[in-house]
Amino acid sequence: MRKSRAAALCFAVLAAAFFSGAAWAAEELSINGSTTILPFAQSTAEAFMKISPGTRVSVSGGGSGNGAKALIDGVTSIAAMSREMKAEEITAAKEKGRNPVQHIVAVDCIVPIVHPSNPVSDLTADQLRDIYSGKITNWKEVGGPDKSIAVIGRDTSSGTYEVWNEKIMEGTPVTPRALISASSGALVQSVAGNTLSIGYDSLGYVNEKIVKALTIEGVKGTPDVARSGTIITSRKLFMYTDGNPTGEVKKYLDFLVSDDGQKYVAREGFVTLK
Amino acid sequence: MPGREEGRRNLSEAAPRRVITAVAMSGILVMVFILLFLMKEGMPILRDASITELAAGRLWYPVSSPPLFGMMPLIAGSMAVTLVSSVLAIPFGVALALFLTEICPKRISGFFKITLEILGFLPSVVLGFIGMTVIAPYLQVRLELLSGLNLMNASMLLGVMILPTVATLSEESLHAVPQSQRDASYALGATRCETMFKVVLPGASRGIAQAAILGVMRSLGETMVVLMASGGAALLPESVFDPVRPLTSAVAAEMGETSVGSGHYHALFFMGCILLLFTLVLNVLVIKIESRREAN
Repeated sequence: MRKSRAAALCFAVLAAAFFSGAAWAAEELSINGSTTILPFAQSTAEAFMKISPGTRVSVSGGGSGNGAKALIDGVTSIAAMSREMKAEEITAAKEKGRNPVQHIVAVDCIVPIVHPSNPVSDLTADQLRDIYSGKITNWKEVGGPDKSIAVIGRDTSSGTYEVWNEKIMEGTPVTPRALISASSGALVQSVAGNTLSIGYDSLGYVNEKIVKALTIEGVKGTPDVARSGTIITSRKLFMYTDGNPTGEVKKYLDFLVSDDGQKYVAREGFVTLK
Repeated sequence: MPGREEGRRNLSEAAPRRVITAVAMSGILVMVFILLFLMKEGMPILRDASITELAAGRLWYPVSSPPLFGMMPLIAGSMAVTLVSSVLAIPFGVALALFLTEICPKRISGFFKITLEILGFLPSVVLGFIGMTVIAPYLQVRLELLSGLNLMNASMLLGVMILPTVATLSEESLHAVPQSQRDASYALGATRCETMFKVVLPGASRGIAQAAILGVMRSLGETMVVLMASGGAALLPESVFDPVRPLTSAVAAEMGETSVGSGHYHALFFMGCILLLFTLVLNVLVIKIESRREAN
């Protein structure tokens, strides 16, 4: 007798939990896209859920391209992208009746890095291009020791690569001899473990305890420089929505660009909008 | 009532048989679906590039304009890591199996087997991390290389990864050689060494060949280790210390950010087709070996 009453109680509790859960799920928000943006998208999503209980935000990374695809297919409310949406992606979205709207959520700049033991501390944009195109292959040509340069780059499909390709390479192809790292974190690790190497990475990932950041034509990569655009490699980070945001999506984006939201951006090593 | 008994037995036998058939069929269905999906997404690349351009082109610049889809360095990279890792691991694996079945005392061999199994459980991302942070700097400094992330590094790690597969499966087939054959060999006056190499090893050769091919397949399909430790440069390797970019790591690294429906996207799926073709060939080889064993 007692047992069955307990079971009934259990069932009631579970049912209540289930129905309230279902009510919760009604206000769901999903962010999908760039792995560069992932760290602060995640921390702002957590903070947003605290100030706006009842909304569930799910964040997933997978790359800018995947974010765009998810927005086009209508399976995400926000696409996080470390590059601007390409013309072909916008066309694909329009074909499906979607209207991607761009929001700038943070700033970043890309910094060339070398092993801490390397005496070189400044390179011009031309020198960087020649190193990456394979024209300069020895450190002595840029004022370093008489040793070969181990060029480390990123995958042709990463957002970081696209910015580097556009701003430094200006379309010159990267030498096929360049080593390729699959992620921002792996690149810093590779440079830290190789005395002959040069790499480039987003400011947020550059850990000056294990690698040395180079200046480009005397300009050091700092938040101020990135914001003002004085450094050649500065870039913006975006979130895209389908049409002008409304409801919870609008609330989240407003929170992200507010002073409170931007604190999380800074904490993850990125550059705030103001 | 024998008839009713039989009917009931038929029913109780038929039900599990149907369930098993259904499960097996669904497995096959999923396979067919994956195959069709790969073809559907991979074949459109042939509109952008001919098959010779794909297979013999030496430049992989998928996002430059115009894009270049030369997959030869990537195919060569996959083959090179598979070959070098197999050369490193298969002799070791077979020797280890021989040691465990024929030489090692029973008590110690149990311990060895457990160690091997644990080695087999090691996640490939852990191996890749070791390659990146321990082996790469060591190779680079000791051998004064341009980079420690290269064909050799990835192959050594893959070798460690497939060693348990090769050793365990070889050990099983060595074990299956009947004791009576060994006894007969000894009775004819053969030494232990002769028995091992002339009786036991040939007796288990087909099983060992299968173990080796399974190892090769694992090595060919492995992604994480090569992604982290092979250096990733799309080059035709000239020495074992050159960086390479195997097909698997290219797909894993580039799929995330590529725009859907572009030539690059289809090219990556086409690489999936190539990998599938390779494993298919290896699988046919295994089946051939199996059928020859049955024929004997």
